[in-house]
Amino acid sequence: MSSAVHRDDIGSKIGMWLFIFTELLFFGGLFIVYSVYRFKNPVAFHLAAEELDVMIGTVNTVILLISSMTVAMSITAVQLGERKRAILLLSITVILALVFLVNKYFEWSSKIGHGIYPGSETLIELGTGEVLFFGLYFSMTGLHALHLLIGVTILIVMLAKVINSSVNTGYFVQLENSGLYWHLVDLIWIFLFPLFYLIS
Amino acid sequence: MSSNNLPEPSYLEYKGRFKGLFAWIFSTDHKRIGLLYLYSIMTFFIVGAILGLLMKFELIAPGKTIMDAKTYNGIFTLHGITMIFLIVIPGLPAVFGNFFLPILIGAKDVAFPRLNLLSWWIYIFGAVVALSSQFLGDGPPDTGWTFYAPYSFKTTTNMLPAVMGAFILGFSSILTGLNFIVTIHRMRAPGMTWLKMPLFPWTLYGTAWIQLLATPIVGITLLMIVAERTLQIGFFDPALGGDPVLYQHLFWIYSHPAVYIMILPAMGVISEILPTFARKPIFGYKAIVVSTILIAFIGYFVWGHHMFTAGMSGTAQFAFSFLTFLVAIPSAIKVFNWISTLYKGSIQLRTPFYWAASFIFVFMIGGLTGLVLGSVATNVHVHDTAFVVAHFHFIVFGGVGFAFLAALHYWFPKIYGRTFDEGMANTGWVIFFIGFLFLYFPMFILGLKGMPRRYFDYVQDFHGLNIVSSMGAVLMIFGFFLLFINLVRSARFGKPASKNPWGGPTLEWQIASPPTVENFDKIPKITKGPYDFTNVKPD
Repeated sequence: MSSAVHRDDIGSKIGMWLFIFTELLFFGGLFIVYSVYRFKNPVAFHLAAEELDVMIGTVNTVILLISSMTVAMSITAVQLGERKRAILLLSITVILALVFLVNKYFEWSSKIGHGIYPGSETLIELGTGEVLFFGLYFSMTGLHALHLLIGVTILIVMLAKVINSSVNTGYFVQLENSGLYWHLVDLIWIFLFPLFYLIS
Repeated sequence: MSSNNLPEPSYLEYKGRFKGLFAWIFSTDHKRIGLLYLYSIMTFFIVGAILGLLMKFELIAPGKTIMDAKTYNGIFTLHGITMIFLIVIPGLPAVFGNFFLPILIGAKDVAFPRLNLLSWWIYIFGAVVALSSQFLGDGPPDTGWTFYAPYSFKTTTNMLPAVMGAFILGFSSILTGLNFIVTIHRMRAPGMTWLKMPLFPWTLYGTAWIQLLATPIVGITLLMIVAERTLQIGFFDPALGGDPVLYQHLFWIYSHPAVYIMILPAMGVISEILPTFARKPIFGYKAIVVSTILIAFIGYFVWGHHMFTAGMSGTAQFAFSFLTFLVAIPSAIKVFNWISTLYKGSIQLRTPFYWAASFIFVFMIGGLTGLVLGSVATNVHVHDTAFVVAHFHFIVFGGVGFAFLAALHYWFPKIYGRTFDEGMANTGWVIFFIGFLFLYFPMFILGLKGMPRRYFDYVQDFHGLNIVSSMGAVLMIFGFFLLFINLVRSARFGKPASKNPWGGPTLEWQIASPPTVENFDKIPKITKGPYDFTNVKPD
């Protein structure tokens, strides 16, 4: 309503951090469920984890770590007024995110190809511990992939804004907040990776 | 904005980009959004109250009176979902928090006005989804508002919309909380240090943190129920290795703190009203601030007292029981402070004061019976009986509902710029208050005698008290009807209100009634505490 637009960059960033807290607690619910069932079914979780492809998991971890770096670099580039470099770095981030999703697609479809998906006959025959492990695997990585999809959409919008210069050296809080969100997506994966792939 | 000498139009008359209804539902003005919430919540409240009344008619005599068991199950579920998720959780923060938080801290709006409007739209969307469960699919959900597993994914009724509705409403709650935290951190008027902030904003601040940190847990839990029903994921299904008790833990990790989302702002409202009508600064301002933070914090760790009979180790029972008693202390501190505020005050018996005083009365009964439930031995005796229903209606309806109506009468002249008929308002209050006590007090006795909750039928022994309770319900609804009609009429035809009709000391009473779009001509400089009555007089 007011003609003088209220602008508060620090306020926006506090808002983003608060939102990240809620996201962490949102995943926190699933992490609690994971720890309870891991405690109750140690052997089944051990055996089921060996079914997962550590290679794909590792590659995806590296991809996300690099993408977190490139998005952080793009923010610095915008702050320094190097628009072209920022566009390049953001594009790399978007491409890496898409590669992650492609990997995820192959990983999931190979599992589903082997008849391992929630509610499938094969899975129920394996035993209740495996049902829970793969239930958690699909819901947690699925929810993570959904967040990644949202994140990459935001990054594409940011890329467009950097290209048309509405995000620039004088106004870049939106890009910073998108970067924060992207780091959150990265951070959650950093916990998912060892829990599902490495501890076996 | 305007440089001429004409008085600024009020927020009610302001002409923006849109006309008619659109000028409201697309407005980012915190005051208009507050009223949007008020009207939506009042509408849903009337629906919820009618459902409650139907339950009371059913229980007026043993056996089938007006409906069968299945209908009764559907009705108490919808009554719970409507009242909890659509009315009491958003209630005070969304209506009076939106309207008065910026004004009380000397700001022109909340930190994110567009996000604020989005919250309302999400709220309406969630409400439509939740209520659609009644009309689509195979009959209304019948699990109660708690959606306990495994029944919630075994029942053939239309659970999905109800659960998804609650999930969506959670987002609205989170965004409101986020908005308020940033607003309080960033937008206080110059000079308003944390300890010069009025108590209603303080309680909203505590509430906002609970909304932010507890709601996501129930969000993910409800999503797990959805996954359970659609994908057979097995988290809470014993047949697939899951644990239904884990669901109860996750549900109450949110839903107990949710009680503090409801009651904290109510406490804030009472702390605003009592000083005004005692014409005396609040007693123990800092104690109230500290107890607010303590309630918000300890409230996270008491959820287990909902599950004493669900299978829990003795150690856990002891710990949860102890923590429950601990959270009662800051609540009691507040009651002492309110009573001490009245001590030697120059008390004026006006409508908002009646509501505030009756709040303290019902809140104490509700709080003390909460301790009966918080102690393991007595809990086992009254678990899942009418006693529990009576307790939480004393807190959630007696506490939050009375505070809501207190706030509505207190701030009515500021919101609409008109005064209401106090005679009729007081009559409405007396009838409502007496009806309330007759409605819920017998349930304590019924519960102690062993009448279980959530049944459409009961044994003959319980008949007498149930008749009293049902009569009380009719009386209470009649009282509500009176005060509601009075307010609706006064909003249109009441006498114009002055800036400060009650003689309140806080910032909202220093601006026009109704406020202008920008609230303040000039952002005020704060030099004194919020409850300083020097030079404050009713006009």
